[in-house]
Order: sequence, then C-alpha cells, then structure tokens
Amino acid sequence: MTGTSKGLITTRQLLHHEAPIFEQGAPGRSGASLPKLDVPEVSAAALLGDLYRDAAPGLPEVSEVDVTRHFTRLSRWNYAIDIGMYPLGSCTMKYNPKVNERVARMPGFAGLHPAQSEESLQGALELMYRLERALCEISGFARVTLQPAAGAHGELCGLMMIRAYHQSQGRFPRKVLIPDSAHGTNPASVTLNQMECVPVKTSADGILSAETVRAAVAQYPGDIAGLMVTNPSTLGLFEENIAEIAEVVHQAGGLVYMDGANFNALLGKVRPGETGIDVMHINLHKTFTTPHGGGGPGSGPVGVVEKLIPFLPTPTVELADGKYHLLYNRPQSVGRLRSFFGNFGMHVRAYTYIREMGGEGLTQATEMAVLNAVYLRALLHEEYPPASEKPSMHEYVTSDKKIKKETTVQTLDIAKRLMDYGYHPPTVYFPLVLPGALMIEPTETESKETLDEFAAALLSIAKEAHSDPDLVKHAPHQTALRRLDETKAARQPRLRWLPPT
Amino acid sequence: MSNYPSDLRYTKDHEWARIDGKRVVIGITEFAVHQLGDITMVELPKEGESFRREQVLGTIESVKAVSDIYAPLSGKVVKTNDPLRDSPETLNEDCYDEGWMVELELSSLDEIKQLMTSEEYAKYVKDHS
Repeated sequence: MTGTSKGLITTRQLLHHEAPIFEQGAPGRSGASLPKLDVPEVSAAALLGDLYRDAAPGLPEVSEVDVTRHFTRLSRWNYAIDIGMYPLGSCTMKYNPKVNERVARMPGFAGLHPAQSEESLQGALELMYRLERALCEISGFARVTLQPAAGAHGELCGLMMIRAYHQSQGRFPRKVLIPDSAHGTNPASVTLNQMECVPVKTSADGILSAETVRAAVAQYPGDIAGLMVTNPSTLGLFEENIAEIAEVVHQAGGLVYMDGANFNALLGKVRPGETGIDVMHINLHKTFTTPHGGGGPGSGPVGVVEKLIPFLPTPTVELADGKYHLLYNRPQSVGRLRSFFGNFGMHVRAYTYIREMGGEGLTQATEMAVLNAVYLRALLHEEYPPASEKPSMHEYVTSDKKIKKETTVQTLDIAKRLMDYGYHPPTVYFPLVLPGALMIEPTETESKETLDEFAAALLSIAKEAHSDPDLVKHAPHQTALRRLDETKAARQPRLRWLPPT
Repeated sequence: MSNYPSDLRYTKDHEWARIDGKRVVIGITEFAVHQLGDITMVELPKEGESFRREQVLGTIESVKAVSDIYAPLSGKVVKTNDPLRDSPETLNEDCYDEGWMVELELSSLDEIKQLMTSEEYAKYVKDHS
C-alpha cells in the first residue's frame, strides 16, 4: 500500500475469514459437561404442559475452544483506541487510562451490591458525593445528578427538569429552540417531553447570533420553554454570543440547556454554569475517559443551577454528621431515571481520572485537545477547507468541497480510503448543515508525530483522488472485508441468522 | 446538467410542487436527491392529515442522513405514493414522476406566489452550493 511519511507498511497479520458461529461445529458437539443424574428422572413435557417446546432451540453446537476462537478471531477485526488514532468527531475517542480500570476493579468497588445497606456503602457514596462536587467545580453548576446512563439520557433528564420547573410555576410553554447544527438526540429529547422544536439557523460563519434567537423567540410569545445549544458547536466553533443568547431566552421565560458533548474543549477555561446555562449534561465517556463504545456503558451526569435543584432525580447523595446517605424525600423531583444510582463503575473511573489529572492537568488536556485540532487544520486546510473562517476549538470540521469540485471522489470514499492507511475514519456527513462534512477530533491523546502521519495520509488521499480516483472510490483494499453495500444493508437488513434452505 | 422541470414550482428546502387547480402533487428535487445519496426509507403522512406551509410532513432517510420533508403549501393530504415505502430507490431513479410523494388539497391559493419558478430555483441552488 501507499506509504505515509513514516514509510511503507511491509507486513500484514494473519486474519481468519470467520463464518457465523451457527455455521461452525458439528451435530451433537457441546462445550458443557453435566454431572450424572442422581435424582429420579421426571418428564419435562409433563411438568411444563403447553410451555414445552416442540423443537430444540437451534443453538450452535460447538465446543469451548470453538467459541473462544470464534470470538477472539472476531475481536481481531476490531479497531480500538488502544490500536490507533480514532478521530471520530463529536465522540471524543480519547485514550482511557489503565489506572481507571485498576481502581474500578478494587474489590471494595467491584464487589458491591447496590441493595446493600447505606452503612455498608459509605465508600461508594463518598465517591459519588466527591465526584458530584468535582463536576460542580469544573462545570460551575450548583448540583449534579449522576443517574443518567448516557448523553441522550442526560438530555431527557434535563428537559424533564425544565418542564417540571415551568409546571411548578403553573405554566407549560412548549417551544424549544434548537440550532440546525445540533445533535439529532436534541429534538428527540424535546419531543419525548411533549414539547416542540423550533429550528434556528446558524449564521454564515457557523455560529448562532443573538439576533436570530431574538427573532425566533418573538414568534412564540409566552410559549418559549428553552433553548438547547451545544458549545462548542458541532462545527467545532465556540458559541461566542452565548451570554447574550442566554439573556434573550431568559427574558422570554425560557431556560437554557447545554449539550455538553464537547465539554472537552472547555475544561479549566469556561464554566458553563457561569455563562447563563441552566442545565447541562456531561459525557463521562467522552470528556472524562470512561470507555466510549464497545464496552461502555456510558454515563451522562447532569448539572443544574440553584433554582433547579428541587427537580433533580431522586435519590441524591447527602452528607450529614460525617455520614453519607441517600435522600429520597424530594417531592418536586422528576423521580428516578435509572435503576439504583446510575453506572457506578463509570463514576469510579471518571473520579479516578479527575483526581489523577487535577485542575491543572484537566486544563492542559483541554489546551492540548484544541491545539491538536488547530494543528491539523493548519496542515490540512488547503486540500480540506474549514467549515468556517472562525477558529477551530477541539475539532477540525472540514468537507469534500474542494476535492468533489475537482474530482469524482467524495467524503465517503475519503473515509473508506483512510482505513487502508490504518486509521478509523472521522465522523462523516455530520453536522447536516455542512454538505459532505468530515469531522475530525484528534483529542489530546495524539502526539505530534501521529498527527503528522494522519495529515500526511489525508493529503496523500487528496493526491490519489486526482491521480487514481478509482483507487479511492473502491477503497478499502487492505481491510478484512472490502467496501460493504451500505444501501442494501439499510434497505434490506438481515437482522438474524437463518439456516440455509 | 441539473433538471428542474419548468411546469413545477420550488421551495428553498428543495421540494417541488405540481399545481393543478386546488390540487398539488409534491416531491423532492433532483438536487435534494443528489445531496441525500441512496435513499433507504421514506415516511409519508396519512391521508386526511392537514399541514401548514413549511410544517414537517414526512421524512427521508438515506445512507448519509435523515431529512425532513416540508409542506411547500398548506393543505390536506388526499393521496400518498404508498409504493415508495417499499421501494424508496424510486426516488433516486425518478424524483419527478414515479417518485412523487404526496398529493394535497390546498387550503389557500395565495401561498403559491411564494414558491420559486424553475429558473429561480436553478439560480438559488447555484448560489447556495
């Protein structure tokens, strides 16, 4: 394959083509061995009556070694942050430090049962209490709930609290303003709360203007529930008018929700609770190095300003007389949003990361994340023009605008070809406001050498688009499977294995 | 070269409208289809539902994204192109005839003048891409 600036890849690893496990093994083979029957045999059919099934369930007939090899082989097809750069924009695929895993496996945390008595859960409750205080300090909010299981769940929780706040004042305004660069989960959270989205257009430079928001607000007098804004936006731009925009929404009686998906660009620099934001979710699996995808689970704590505290999910963790306890008696609460206390294992990992880094370390992580994106922009901008002339924050959002104009190659081809160079492709065709978008988020994880190699790969692909467009359009060539028919997969999905007929 | 039939009227959101008295057939333009890529699913409204101009009346899902379809004019749904639900690829093949989406009975004829002619739309697309 074509070399990068560091040279050619000269060897390839053995990779098995792997059939579905249902097509492996042999009739009658099994990995289980049961002890001899030492009680009188009874008829299952007689015991179960109608519930007795007519036929065996058709499980794969394989041995333990068959199963182990199957899944180990499949795991080698995976790409992961522990294998290489994973610049999937908006997802913040940063390295997950191994110390997080070590602490989460400490028996005092890993062996707990959530139904244990408060008395015997003191260590876990203290960790949750301390994590909440740390997230409050970092984000500038009065309190934080740790219950939501992911970002979208955090949005749902935040919108529920906004609605409960309005209803506590005897009103239920319905309109929520959402910029056209928003994550698709934002409108879903609004709809689930019986409210309606009002799309707001971003300006030509990619950010929201106070005038546009003012005009949108004026259309629905008395009916503005709030605004949902992502900052930095999905175009990787800082919403510099946020304070004025928040004021406009507040004057109309609405509250401001911030989608904290891009909080990684603000740690130690901006405390959203001090910029007019009333509610915000924080993705522990993005910003605070808990696993994102492939293992998860996620965790989406939500911060609120003082006046929304009564509406936080129940229970909350409180400290009184040197003891931690769970407070259930909170009559205005939106209720429980997750069994027990959220994904506690993620709380342990995030707290470990925060203590490991400290305030200065987190600030430096943000600085490096932004510097890395800005550096990539400097290397790439001629072939891959920026979405906006405004400075990039933690993401370089670009498109196929130039390459598509000059060649027949487009974003999807560029993304597929990057796999041949050994990288996970960036996010593509999002945000929707930018046709042919490529959303590159290097995070603070990557070294200058890695960034140089990645940029060299993208620039090499730009050259190939001119010299050998078919090479790019039929990529990937080096992967276990070649280009998949994504259209057919979407139009006629095969969601389960069926025996050959 | 792009094809925007001159007997149709167009919106900034890339829908077309074929107006015949109080009836209007609507669909999406060739430009929209090119932007979307391979279309994998179409959601259409039910007959009898009413929509105000610019209200979301359906959605289109492609390999790239999910997009809303907006009512170009206010009116009530009298017919929908149901075969599209099973063969969304028709939109990629023929967006102006076989790929029509919804027929509306207009509640007002006044809004028609707010739509663009094919020349105006062609210029609009050129200026915005």
